[in-house]
Amino acid sequence: MQQVKHIFKKELKDYFTSPIAYIVITIFLMVTGWFFFMTFFLNNQANLRNFYGLLPFTFAFVIPAVTMRLFSEEMSIGSYEVLLTMPVSFRDIILGKFLAGSAFVAAMLLPTLSYPITISFVGNLDLGPIFGGYVGAILLGAAYTAVGLFASSLTRNQIVAFIIGLLICFSLTLIDKMLLFFPGSVVKVIGYIGADYHFQNIAKGILDSRDILYFASLIFLGLYGTALAMAEKK
Amino acid sequence: MIHIEGLTKYYHDFCAVDHISLDIRKGEIIGLLGPNGAGKTTTLRMLTGYFQPSSGTIRVKDFSVSENPLDVKKCIGYLPESAPLYHNMLVFDYLHYVAGIWGYIDDARLSRIRKLSDLCGLEDIMHKTIGELSKGLKQRVGIAHAMMSDPEILILDEPTSGLDPNQIVEIRKIIKEIGKEKTIILSTHILSEAEATCDRIIIINKGKIVADGSTETIRRSQDSGSTITVTLKNALFPEVEHAMKAVQGVRDIHKKPSESEDLLTVAIACSDDRDLREAVYTIIKNHPWIILEFHQESTSLENIFRNLTMEN
Repeated sequence: MQQVKHIFKKELKDYFTSPIAYIVITIFLMVTGWFFFMTFFLNNQANLRNFYGLLPFTFAFVIPAVTMRLFSEEMSIGSYEVLLTMPVSFRDIILGKFLAGSAFVAAMLLPTLSYPITISFVGNLDLGPIFGGYVGAILLGAAYTAVGLFASSLTRNQIVAFIIGLLICFSLTLIDKMLLFFPGSVVKVIGYIGADYHFQNIAKGILDSRDILYFASLIFLGLYGTALAMAEKK
Repeated sequence: MIHIEGLTKYYHDFCAVDHISLDIRKGEIIGLLGPNGAGKTTTLRMLTGYFQPSSGTIRVKDFSVSENPLDVKKCIGYLPESAPLYHNMLVFDYLHYVAGIWGYIDDARLSRIRKLSDLCGLEDIMHKTIGELSKGLKQRVGIAHAMMSDPEILILDEPTSGLDPNQIVEIRKIIKEIGKEKTIILSTHILSEAEATCDRIIIINKGKIVADGSTETIRRSQDSGSTITVTLKNALFPEVEHAMKAVQGVRDIHKKPSESEDLLTVAIACSDDRDLREAVYTIIKNHPWIILEFHQESTSLENIFRNLTMEN
């Protein structure tokens, strides 16, 4: 566990000592802020539904950009070899990097807390969905981070890692909106795969174990895939 | 200390390392020589556990690399070629991070970093970004990294490649200093370097060991002998060849390009350690030839290396 902590600290520090972190956070806040407040006063409702509605899409774009460097950079400069010859296991490396990525996503979400705070001044805010939404956002963010980490472990090229990550996250976001095109027998299964569907459930303020299990299994799959990709390189 | 048996590595169907067996004793400084693509780096990577061998076993002390990778990692300090370190980190931050991973805490962590900084001369660059350092300095940080756990075995992959002559001397000095207490394996394709720093040289080619021993034993085993080069005036090659062939110990004689038409330069290869200069001189004296040049050289390591690793 000590090793996970060291790697986590190093990766998180890396994020905040490079300009990429600030660029990504700025873009994320601009996009979510703009789309949220553009329609907020037209709707005239004191909730964050629009913000949560959009979040899976912004995450699908932003998180792969956050995670793309985690393994690709190490492999392209060769420090991956140095890392693996230190007394750390695959598990330590993967968990350390995954937690650092998730922590960064949480840090990115932090400034958006100002939305519910400002809204609470102008209207009556229902705290249940707000709280649920943030729990869901953390889970969704962690799941996409795991997917992005997996994409990053596949290639030494960060751009390619970004595109693979984007592709998977975007498909997961959109797939339950494409049910029309699938035969009736698989609709239920496909519907269950959609990340947006599970996120919106939680964002309604209902913490269902099925939704939590979904995100947990997505995280597990992402990390397991990463471990397989690492073992493949040996 | 290290026992390697039947080590083989295939990349798909390309055989990079082909049944290498090797014993390395404590305290040796070993130079792994070979042309590019001979399998040096692959061998070192398997030693450190970074690559899984296709077959064969490696034991470091009493641990098997494949079964107890963590114990092996603890005995080995490794620096890959061209010191690939995180270039956006400060030297101090980097060493601090590595010290943490090796389990040093609080005071021990700082004192370990201080000790390595003294050993590798890093005081002045502690607060520079690794990416800004020159190659030589980066290599020194890399050696500090490899020495972090105070390992018994240090593995360096081409530690001096791409450095300027002054930096090479500095790195060699550090390696010699460390080599007093540790077992060191370094790979290189610079022969003079191997000769200058290593006790034992292993030459590999196409994944196989082609020579193993001290420079002296390799020289002797390669039937190297010496070559006498003579430049003569008023002499014809067939005549000289005939006369020289009569001397016992002359293995071969061939013509070399000479500076002008009336001069003849020949190289006489002598097969054993006997000094044939006297005999050759006597023959020349008995002929109406005029000597302009006469010198002997023992076959250099470069030549041996070329002979051993040449494509036929």
